[in-house]
Amino acid sequence: MEWVFRFLIGGSVVSAFALLGDVVRPKSFAGIFGAAPSVALATLALTIHSDGASYAATEARSMIAGAVSLMLYTSLCSRLLMRGSVSVKAITLGGLVIWLVAALIGWTLFLRGNS
Amino acid sequence: MKITLQVAGGAGGTGWTQYVIRFVLGGLVTLLTGLIAKELGPEVGGLFLAFPAIFPASATLIAKRERLRKARKGLNGTVRGCRAAALDAAGAVLGGAGLVGFAVAAYNGLPQDGAATALGTAMFVWLAVSLPLWWLRKTRPWRRSWEHTRRGGAGDGARPPGPK
Repeated sequence: MEWVFRFLIGGSVVSAFALLGDVVRPKSFAGIFGAAPSVALATLALTIHSDGASYAATEARSMIAGAVSLMLYTSLCSRLLMRGSVSVKAITLGGLVIWLVAALIGWTLFLRGNS
Repeated sequence: MKITLQVAGGAGGTGWTQYVIRFVLGGLVTLLTGLIAKELGPEVGGLFLAFPAIFPASATLIAKRERLRKARKGLNGTVRGCRAAALDAAGAVLGGAGLVGFAVAAYNGLPQDGAATALGTAMFVWLAVSLPLWWLRKTRPWRRSWEHTRRGGAGDGARPPGPK
């Protein structure tokens, strides 16, 4: 039941931010909502409830590496897409591998074990 | 620079299927983040709090929308679609900077403050970092100041020399 609740809360928060991103203009401003803390808000709120604040703080600490990787990933996507005539789907989905690798490297080098 | 809301035509022309897709993606990523944290610990699970869950879907949708808009006028909108998605991605870089601020604020606030205060502050930090960065990127005030200095204080709004 907890997992169903998690799915519903996560889906709702992500959809709410996506809706905001769809209605605001200009496009570069709307893009900010593409990196909104939607999954983080839902997950941290549920984690605090189930496992406590210090467990959630540990997750937030690792999130720093994930967020820096997100900047790298979106920056790379932006540069490649600006060339035009490329597959948006291939670049944005393929770039997720770069996000994962960068996040793991950042976490291993700077955050692992330093709580 | 004006920030506007465009709600006509179903939130800027987005069909409800797109919202269902984003709802499912968001729900799945939240679910998977919880499962990863449970299996591998909060240190690894926390990385996925900044997973770009809906960015690929949003960028693809934006490009498609621009392409269709051009196609209706009988033009090829592939390049325009890509560049619209690139603008969205450029905005997401700034949102990502705000996300770093969110994570730092949540990490510092959660052990001391209550959940609502810590998450509220973290949300505020996300906005307080992203919005000024977007404004700076859009208006580039340093360029105006640089031009002003170069022209020997010729006054604001002085046009730079260009081809006649």
